[in-house]
Amino acid sequence: MIQPQSVGVVSPQRAHFAEPLALRSGGALPEYELVYETYGELNAARSNAVLVCHALSGSHHVAGHHADAPNSIGWWDNLVGPGKPLDTRKFFVIGVNNLGGCYGTTGPNSTNPATGKPWGAEFPFVTVEDWVEAQARLADRLGIERFAAVVGGSLGGMQALSWTLQHPERVANAVVIASAAKLTAQNIAFNEVARQAILTDPEFYGGHYYDHGVVPARGLKLARMVGHITYLSDDAMGDKFGRSLRHGKAIYSYDVEFEIESYLRYQGDKFAGYFDANTYLLATKALDYFDPAFAHGGNLSAALARATADFLVVSFSTDWRFAPARSREMVYALLHNRRNVSYAEIESDAGHDSFLLDDAQYHALLTAYFDRIKV
Amino acid sequence: MSYRYDYEVITEWISPGEKVLDLGCGDGSLLKHLVEVRQVQGYGVENDPDKLLACTRNGINVIQMDMEKGLAGFEDGFFDHVIMSLSLQAMHNTQGILAEMLRVGREAVVSFPNFGYWRHRQSILNGRMPVSESLPHQWFNTPNVRFFTISDFDALCEMNGIVVRERLAFDEGTLILDEPNFLASVAVYRLGRGN
Repeated sequence: MIQPQSVGVVSPQRAHFAEPLALRSGGALPEYELVYETYGELNAARSNAVLVCHALSGSHHVAGHHADAPNSIGWWDNLVGPGKPLDTRKFFVIGVNNLGGCYGTTGPNSTNPATGKPWGAEFPFVTVEDWVEAQARLADRLGIERFAAVVGGSLGGMQALSWTLQHPERVANAVVIASAAKLTAQNIAFNEVARQAILTDPEFYGGHYYDHGVVPARGLKLARMVGHITYLSDDAMGDKFGRSLRHGKAIYSYDVEFEIESYLRYQGDKFAGYFDANTYLLATKALDYFDPAFAHGGNLSAALARATADFLVVSFSTDWRFAPARSREMVYALLHNRRNVSYAEIESDAGHDSFLLDDAQYHALLTAYFDRIKV
Repeated sequence: MSYRYDYEVITEWISPGEKVLDLGCGDGSLLKHLVEVRQVQGYGVENDPDKLLACTRNGINVIQMDMEKGLAGFEDGFFDHVIMSLSLQAMHNTQGILAEMLRVGREAVVSFPNFGYWRHRQSILNGRMPVSESLPHQWFNTPNVRFFTISDFDALCEMNGIVVRERLAFDEGTLILDEPNFLASVAVYRLGRGN
């Protein structure tokens, strides 16, 4: 055992793909670039690679920090590093920014080669399955035939699941955390509110706001505020903010009074300052469309029959956006197919956000699972 | 790794390659044994995070759930055997879980400590709650919530139309053929659905 450490300074890399990528939505991306980071060393047998798939607003920057920005800690830094649950002394870990993203991978704010202008609203709809195909091409490029594990939380968990269906022979283990095999109507409803906030922002300009030198910051802020409410549990929000009043008493104003208002506005503004609205729209649609059982008449067991990986499925007791019941659906469908599957429902008061936190029980379980993976 | 003599009996009743569900699987040592010697496709059920962790370390499939709420989600007749080794006495919903075991499994295998064992009776006669190899806890910290004898269990099976296909009783590892309700500390049953 060593004291858990950071992977330290990391640098994003780029991979250009000249071969068109056919998309589920019909068209194709003629060419594209993926931005990715890697941590640890690929072993000689190329058997120790782990793909970490990001969620709605995540990126390729999973762990460590960038040399020019010591505070730019990766979004899953508590999971990935020497001595951490996903131990980079054993594994070669890869994070990829998905297509349609806004962190350097080809997306709506990239230049459309056909017009010489940003893609904007012309950027095609991308799905979880498309992301997996793009990731698979990156794996080919890196010489990785089979992943020791594909790991993800939330929308990232959908990618991990989809990997086991699209490329069953290329995934030894799938770790699907705080995720679902499909969204519920309620979950889609939250996404729709977020999208409407963006789409109806006067500065959205039908998705071509880049041409106007503005961003639909108000819509993106509202979208993020709605999202944040659903990522926290009632209890967590109550514990953190309660009914605390900034002025100690009501002042009868629409300015910030309750601390929760302050928090949501701050988070919304911060997010609108760096994230791309078109990417947010695309990613929420990718969430909504994901439903591998759809092609099997809604029968998830039939859909998962292709999977051969071993699975660890994890949910959190207070996650109501991706409720434990959604995880159990996957577990029972995997069980039906006699797959190796373990399922843990972690007691946590932090709601959906729990998957990003370093709860001791949660991380002990992941450590135990990753430890037993043979590379 | 813990190893209990009821494991040998249970192993004898499992055929190679079966689908097996172990309710209250602890650290997964029984399933690990069954995987090794019977190549079963095994799944454990636990609700204790520490035991879940132990199973994961043991390389055993384990599913976290509260068995008191039944086994909804598991399909009818999916498993060849559903095992509950020395856990039935720690469950409130005795009849419910027995029915669920025989719903999702072709056969159920149940072992439990016999409260009617003579040393236990002697202890009660002496005015104290029994503490023994099969009932290792004190009354104030025992996880057990149901205290019953082999005869009680036989009567329950009869009442619920559960067929006792086989029953073996032991006194601390020694097979007991005569007067098991008096002389045996632990009983292991192989149960089936009645017609």
